[in-house]
Amino acid sequence: MYWNENIECADRAEMQRVQSERLSNMLKRVYENVPFYREKLKEAGITPDDIKSVNDLHKLPFTIKQDLRDNYPFGLFAVPQNKVVRLHASSGTTGKPTVVGYTQNDLEMWSECFARCATMAGVSNHDIAQVAYGYGLFTGGLGAHYGFERVGASVIPISGGNTKKQLQLMEDFGSTVIACTPSYASFLAETVTAQGIKDKLKLKIGVFGAEPWTNEMRSYIENTLDIKAYNIYGLSEIIGPAVSMECECQDGSHIQEDHFIPEIINPETGEVLPYGEVGELVFTTVTKEAMPLIRYRTRDLTKLIVGKCKCGRTTVRMAPVMGRSDDMLIIRGVNVFPSQIESALMEVYEKSPNYQLIVNRNNNLDTLEVKVELTDEHWNSEVKEIEMLKKRISDNITSLIGLHASIKMVEPNSLPRSEGKAQRVIDNRNI
Amino acid sequence: MIIKQLSIFLEDKVGRLAELTEILAKNDINMSAFSVADALDYGILRVVVGRPELAAQILKEAGYSVKMTDVVCLAVPHQPGGLYKALHILSENNIAIDYMYAFASNVDSATVVLHSDDVKHLAQVLQDNQMELVKSNKIYQV
Repeated sequence: MYWNENIECADRAEMQRVQSERLSNMLKRVYENVPFYREKLKEAGITPDDIKSVNDLHKLPFTIKQDLRDNYPFGLFAVPQNKVVRLHASSGTTGKPTVVGYTQNDLEMWSECFARCATMAGVSNHDIAQVAYGYGLFTGGLGAHYGFERVGASVIPISGGNTKKQLQLMEDFGSTVIACTPSYASFLAETVTAQGIKDKLKLKIGVFGAEPWTNEMRSYIENTLDIKAYNIYGLSEIIGPAVSMECECQDGSHIQEDHFIPEIINPETGEVLPYGEVGELVFTTVTKEAMPLIRYRTRDLTKLIVGKCKCGRTTVRMAPVMGRSDDMLIIRGVNVFPSQIESALMEVYEKSPNYQLIVNRNNNLDTLEVKVELTDEHWNSEVKEIEMLKKRISDNITSLIGLHASIKMVEPNSLPRSEGKAQRVIDNRNI
Repeated sequence: MIIKQLSIFLEDKVGRLAELTEILAKNDINMSAFSVADALDYGILRVVVGRPELAAQILKEAGYSVKMTDVVCLAVPHQPGGLYKALHILSENNIAIDYMYAFASNVDSATVVLHSDDVKHLAQVLQDNQMELVKSNKIYQV
C-alpha cells in the first residue's frame, strides 16, 4: 500500500527532476525574502542561478542550529507573519529554543508526508491511533495527529504520560496503533506485562520515534506487546516527525526526498560522502514556505541506502541513527554512543534494562561508570552470580567500544525513569 | 529439611539495612539468622525469617530485589570438633559449600546455615550420616 505511489515509487531521474526544480524555486524565494541567506550566499559568491540541479547542492553553505538561535525568533522566516499559521519550538536546554513556523501549505505538506509514513506502517482508516507523543510546542503530538487523521484513522489525542489512563483507553477503545517515543513504549510494555493485560489489547502497530533506539529494544517491544514496531524519524527544524519512516521491510527509513533532500557529510570537513558511508545527515527543505533551510546539519549520524526497496518504494533510505554527533561522548579518545552501551546490555538482559552512564575525570583520566538495575532473573543468593553478571556486561562493552567501563549494579527501579526522552548520560567533565 | 532463606540485594547506602529491618519489624516478622556478604559497592543480606513467603512479598513491594533460596540448617553441638565432623562428611562426599553462617540457638548446640549447588543432595548426605538437621517449623520460630 502506498499513499502517493507516483512519487514514492518514482524512478531516479524523475525524482531528481522534481528535486532540482523545487530546489531552484526555493533558492529564489529564500534569496529574495531572507536577509540571512542572501548574505550567506553572497559571501559564498553564489546566486540562485548558479544552482542548476541537485548536483550543485554541495556548492551551497550549511545552516546550523546556532543560526536558528542567532535569528530568534522569526529571523529565518521567508514569508510575512500573516501567512504563518503555526509555530512550534524545541525545548531550549542549551540557550534559546529554536522556533519553526508553518504556512497552511506547510501543514498540508506535513500531513501528506505523515500520511505516507502511516501508510508504510499499514495504518489506514480502519485503525484507532493513540497518539502518546507530547502535544504542544513539541512537533511530535500534532504532527502524528494530523497525519493519522489524513489517512482516516480515529485519533486519540491523549498526549504523553499518565500511563494508567493510556492503558485504560487502549483497552476500552481498542487502540490498534500506538505512537510515542521508544523509551515510553518500553515502559508501557513493562507495565502491560506487570499488569498481565496484554490479551485485552488490540494493538498491532507501533510508530516510534524522536530518539534513537536499538534493535534489541525493538524486539523487546514487539515481543512483549505482540506488535510490529516502526521507526519514524524527524526533527522540528525540518518539519517534525515524518521526514523518514520504515516500511514493512524494516531495512532503513524512506526519506520523503521530494520535500527534504538528504546528504551525508563528514562532520569534521563538511565534505559530501558517497552513499553508504556513515556521516552527518544534512537536509535541504525544498518545498517548505515559512522557514526553508539550506543544507541544515542535523548532527545525526547515519548512512544513506539507495536502490529500490523490496516494498517497491524507490526513495532513498537512511539507516537507524547511530547517535548524535553532539551527544556523542569522547572518553579517553574513544567515541561512545549511549546506544552502543545499550546494545551491550541487551546481549545480557532479555529486555532493555534501565541504565545510566556516568562520565568522570580523575587526574586527567576519563572514567566511564555504567549503572544498571539488577533484575531478579540474574541472581539467586550469591555474590559470584552478580560479579559474573558485571563481568559479562563489562566484557561486552569492552569488545563493542574498546573501552573499560566499571559496572555498578543498583537496586530495581532506583534509577530515574522518564516518560519521554530518556536521560541516560551524566557527564561530570567540564569539556 | 529444606529451609527457605531470603537473599536481598542492597546497594551501599547508609541506612538501607536499617530501613529493611524496620520494614520487617513493622510487619511483625522475626529474623532467626542472618549474614551480610559484602562486595565492593553492594551487599547481599541473607536471612532466615518466620513466614518467608510473606516477608519476600513485603520486601518486593518495598522495591527490593529479593530471592528465595533453599538452604540446609544443621545443628552442631557445642563441643570441639562438632563442625569438623559435618564438614569432613561433606568433603568426603565431594560437596562444595557456597557459603555458610552460624548462630547460637541454645546452650547445647549452634545452628549452621549451609548452601551448595545441590541443596537436596547436601541434606540427604548429612542425614545419611546421622547429622541432625533443624526442621523448618522449628527454625522459623527461633
